[in-house]
Amino acid sequence: MNCRSEVLEVSVEGRQIEEAMLAVLHTILLHRSTGKFHYKKEGTYSIGTVGTQDVDCDFIDFTYVRVSSEELDRALRKAVGEFKDALRNSGGDGMGQISLEFYQKKKSRWPFSDECIPWEVWTVRVNVVSLANEQERQICREKVGEKLCEKVINIVEVMNRHEYLPKMPTQSEVDNVFDTGLKDVQPYLYKISYQITDSLGTSVTTTMRRLIKDTLAL
Amino acid sequence: MDTDLSSQDRKDLDKFIKFFALKTVQVIVQARLGEKICTRSSSSPTGSDWFNLAIKDIPEVTHEAKKALAGQLPAVGRSMCVEISLKTSEGDSMELEIWCLEMNEKCDKEIKVSYTVYNRLSLLLKSLLAITRVTPAYRLSRKQGHEYVILYRIYFGEVQLSGLGEGFQTVRVGTVGTPVGTITLSCAYRINLAFMSTRQFERTPPIMGIIIDHFVDRPYPSSSPMHPCNYRTTAEDNAAVYPSVEDSQEVCTTSFSTSPPSQLSSSRLSYQPAALGVGSADMGYPVVFAGGLNAAHPHQLIVPGKEGGVPLVPSQPPHAAQADQERMAMCTPLDGAHYSAATPSSSEDTETVSNSSEAKSGSPHDILETIFVRKVGAFVNKPINQVTMANLDIPFAMFSPKNIELEDNDPMVNPPDSPETESPLLGSLHSEGSSGNSTGNTHDDFVMVDFKPAFSKDDILPMDLGTFYREFQNPPQLSSLSIDIGAQSMAEDLDSLPEKLAVHEKNVKEFDAFVETLQ
Repeated sequence: MNCRSEVLEVSVEGRQIEEAMLAVLHTILLHRSTGKFHYKKEGTYSIGTVGTQDVDCDFIDFTYVRVSSEELDRALRKAVGEFKDALRNSGGDGMGQISLEFYQKKKSRWPFSDECIPWEVWTVRVNVVSLANEQERQICREKVGEKLCEKVINIVEVMNRHEYLPKMPTQSEVDNVFDTGLKDVQPYLYKISYQITDSLGTSVTTTMRRLIKDTLAL
Repeated sequence: MDTDLSSQDRKDLDKFIKFFALKTVQVIVQARLGEKICTRSSSSPTGSDWFNLAIKDIPEVTHEAKKALAGQLPAVGRSMCVEISLKTSEGDSMELEIWCLEMNEKCDKEIKVSYTVYNRLSLLLKSLLAITRVTPAYRLSRKQGHEYVILYRIYFGEVQLSGLGEGFQTVRVGTVGTPVGTITLSCAYRINLAFMSTRQFERTPPIMGIIIDHFVDRPYPSSSPMHPCNYRTTAEDNAAVYPSVEDSQEVCTTSFSTSPPSQLSSSRLSYQPAALGVGSADMGYPVVFAGGLNAAHPHQLIVPGKEGGVPLVPSQPPHAAQADQERMAMCTPLDGAHYSAATPSSSEDTETVSNSSEAKSGSPHDILETIFVRKVGAFVNKPINQVTMANLDIPFAMFSPKNIELEDNDPMVNPPDSPETESPLLGSLHSEGSSGNSTGNTHDDFVMVDFKPAFSKDDILPMDLGTFYREFQNPPQLSSLSIDIGAQSMAEDLDSLPEKLAVHEKNVKEFDAFVETLQ
């Protein structure tokens, strides 16, 4: 089984980085989250309800929908915040990419640690531009808003191809497929990492920060 | 054709498609209401949330959708369409989008109904939630109000795209294959907003709180009326007019299995009254003091009013408690959210001056009170000849240079027994002391009294603390900063530059030695 890889590119102004990233990541996770599973006897399970909410962006003319889960939002904001800081600190002409990887865990025998097998990776390449005046900023607001609309349409198109998704797990296997640590929703196991490149295109700081959401971390 | 599909599966599939259609309509119409939608996640399944998504049911919308479907389901050649259009206050209207739920003949016999189809329909609804925020009509609908409104119409049958103008674009939300056909959800939206540019609608933000609740009957071929995407929020009205969605016949799938399918648990679909709030929860902030000199009325305390500078009675809003009244466009409170209840006894508090009429009304719910934020001292009441500085932010602003000339009129609270105070002080004690009388404050003035700091004596130092303070608060300007001298010295500097350079060149060796010591 090959890992599916999708790449999206956006050009944003510095203060739009966070909102643009959150919009894209939340849209992806909206599609990759279910309600909490409640297993019953005989191998049946029921699924909780996922709520949604609209989020207006302050620096972009755009509204996106995210799952109503404060924990998930916090986790994403933390990752995006770190990415933004790294981008900002890297220098004027910031380029970087943030990756959202969905994976499955495969238990290995001791002393080997569990394997993480990705099945879908979304990469968002960000190019940070600096603008000279307020008029340009206003145009940028609208343009980035339109671009994000296109990105959402792209994401939805990929999601609706109904390609490989992990099989629904039994109770004992659920933690290998889903992140069961959140109290109100259950996204597929995911991790977020990012890379910053300088203007020459070389990887100056390969900052791989793994945000591992699974309960076990051997 | 149905031999491969068990009757139970067939029944389930029909139910899924029916409720999918109803939920699709709800999502689309709710996305065009002009408000942000927010629903909560729930970890325990209630059994009433179809497709495991919290999508509220607006009864009127469900009613319309059921009426349009008339017991049928989307099939080949019979699509369910939701038309979104815009209508201006002058009566012009324009179709913006057509959302189509279609079925084609391409069947997927292998797919599992109760599990895969259900989950894919759930995914499609999530995609619909995302896409409805992305088409151009969304931004228009968020700005609807008194200039235009957004209407919806549901019809069943052939898709009619002619009203969208030329060059309309299509976006496909997604497809789900089922054993009886493939469900496709797409949106065709207008690009050419020819006679109405979007800018026209973005000009004036709509007044919040206005609920447009009119029904427009349009002579459409399929004769289904347009409905506004706003609606009255009172749940009682809705419940009275339309039957609730509750229907004991309908259950939604709540149980899945990782093993061969087991019995579905049954539950009632319950209707949750839509609680779409109107507008934001901002309180109408009080009109505030626009600080500054009021040269026209030097004797007046600058009482805040709507126009600023003139004591006015702000009109009481009819429903002061309602959060969505017209926003006061005045500047924000200087000291943050700083307002007090309009109780008559507020005159004791020297920091606020409430307007007379409000004091009289004494309504505890009166939010739009005029507030004056400045501590002027308890006993100031004397009219003055000098214009006073009323800049509130700077402490001791009263002592800025302009007022220095009138040493006798320094505005500082004087100890009551100072010989320089005059009877107005006692008079002011009088008026301030009377409670409930805030009417007298419309002409509050300052009394300038001598600056007599406590515990300072005149005979020890040639100047007292007050004079010292005043003098050193206004030091003379640096000569280099004064313009005339500056200009001259600049010219002189430029002239003397060559000489200075010559001198420095002579001392080059010294400089080099110095630099080496640094390394």
